[in-house]
Amino acid sequence: MSEALVFHFDVDGDNFTSAGQASTQVKKNLRQLGLSPAIIRRVSIAMYEGEINMVIHANGGTADVYVTEDHIDIVLADQGPGIENVEQAMQEGFSTATDSIRSLGFGAGMGLPNMKRYTDSLDIDTVVGEGTTITMRVNLA
Amino acid sequence: MTSSEYEHSVRLDVSRCTGCTNCLRRCPTEAIRIHDGHAVINDARCIDCGECIRACDNKAKKAVVGKLDRMELYRYKIALPAPSLYGQFDNLDDVDYVLDGLLRIGFDDVFEVSKAAELVSAYTRLYLKTEGVKTPIISSACPVIVRLIALRFPSLNDNVMHMLPPMEVAAKLARKRAKEKHPTLKDEDIGVFFISPCPAKSSYVKNGFADYKSQVDEVVSMSDVYFALISKMTRDDEIVSMTESGMVGIGWASSGGEATALFNDEYLAADGIENVINVLEQIENGNIPPVKFIELDACTGGCVGGVLTVQNPFIAKTRLQTLRRYLPVSKNFLGPDEQEYIPDMYLFNELPEYKPITRLSDSMVESMRMMADIQKLRATLPGIDCGACGAPTCRALAEDVVRGKAHLEDCKIRTNPNK
Repeated sequence: MSEALVFHFDVDGDNFTSAGQASTQVKKNLRQLGLSPAIIRRVSIAMYEGEINMVIHANGGTADVYVTEDHIDIVLADQGPGIENVEQAMQEGFSTATDSIRSLGFGAGMGLPNMKRYTDSLDIDTVVGEGTTITMRVNLA
Repeated sequence: MTSSEYEHSVRLDVSRCTGCTNCLRRCPTEAIRIHDGHAVINDARCIDCGECIRACDNKAKKAVVGKLDRMELYRYKIALPAPSLYGQFDNLDDVDYVLDGLLRIGFDDVFEVSKAAELVSAYTRLYLKTEGVKTPIISSACPVIVRLIALRFPSLNDNVMHMLPPMEVAAKLARKRAKEKHPTLKDEDIGVFFISPCPAKSSYVKNGFADYKSQVDEVVSMSDVYFALISKMTRDDEIVSMTESGMVGIGWASSGGEATALFNDEYLAADGIENVINVLEQIENGNIPPVKFIELDACTGGCVGGVLTVQNPFIAKTRLQTLRRYLPVSKNFLGPDEQEYIPDMYLFNELPEYKPITRLSDSMVESMRMMADIQKLRATLPGIDCGACGAPTCRALAEDVVRGKAHLEDCKIRTNPNK
């Protein structure tokens, strides 16, 4: 099979309570494909963190998951404010989340570091004022 | 054992089923379909939670558990009352009236599950201190949760505590006590009867945990025992006190009771199957506070919310609070020489193996092709999840069609767009 299987989700930025739904659905789908629990866990954590980030910082966006026999790519795209200093954003504990977000238990500064930790590659394409696209890959082999 | 050979206690009485869709959408694992005018339960997916029993207005879904007349089969009968039983009675001010009543309906001995629960709590405190255990530790007391994790949350299987539930510990201790009191008794003479608030305990007794075989002989319904008891129970003061439970043991009947008994506030307790599934999803996502212990109860309110109980769970819980008020915290303690390790009799080795029950095909390529077909098909369906086709959602129908288990024409809306 040459063509990738695609799961597309619109991540709603207005509705904070729905954040995390796309990763839950992806988890179900990957289970149906018979992937190992360890792989499913890595993909779902990375995707969950990315989804939460889009809701917190960028008023939502889109999440696309591409599954092939060799790897899973997760592409998260938003039209948010962009990341000013990527190196700083990648540091554990660094966060620009507001106090109200922190009061909900988010904004611990672990989002991007976790996304990197649970995937085999992480690529950040960001333009301040225009948006961010994050591409993550989890290898299946 | 394959999951299809799992012996369930939640069953369908086809003659009573009208093929309505009440249970269809309440099933948390999408194990139910309506075919040929009646419900069909997929054994591989069913976790015996009892949600369909609650949802059914026609009493077509029922819990298949043992009857009290099974007592005739044993020379020496021991009752194991779950603590939730104590919450079923109005104006009960002493647990002993219930224990005495159990002797009056023909049991030779009574061993309180709440007594065993206090020992399990004591050993769980020890378990929490064990080096190398994976945290958060998830309680193994609710059999629905253990099966749910094995089927749906395999990455959390290693977090499940390898401690036997209080019912099982009670069964072992009760047998031991019976043989000590009556040395002539043989194993087969003794009948251990668990008085259960839920059908899942019965499934657990029939199937065990992987290679573990239960020491309980019969699981009987709490409501059956309740009705047998109310005519035989006395409220006189002239009864012998037998109870060996404190606040901790009785507290196990409601949600949070097991967790608070650890005297450690780093815990999470959730009840109700939808809440529990949501919490498990969050644990998998790594999105929970750093707690050491997680108590999950499939039924709302905890065991007092089981489908075999008589009383509303919140009323039962309030009654238990009254009963617990003047009790010591615990009546069962570990001796100074018992603080070192957890004896084998409290532990089990193997959890049920992960079964990828929802997987579409053994081949990944084939699964991907099927998934693509499901997505295409799903887009052509009305998306109102009405259940008229016999599947709980449009997505589920698309999946059934691709799996060859249903036809696209089953969709009533799609076939008759004008009606």
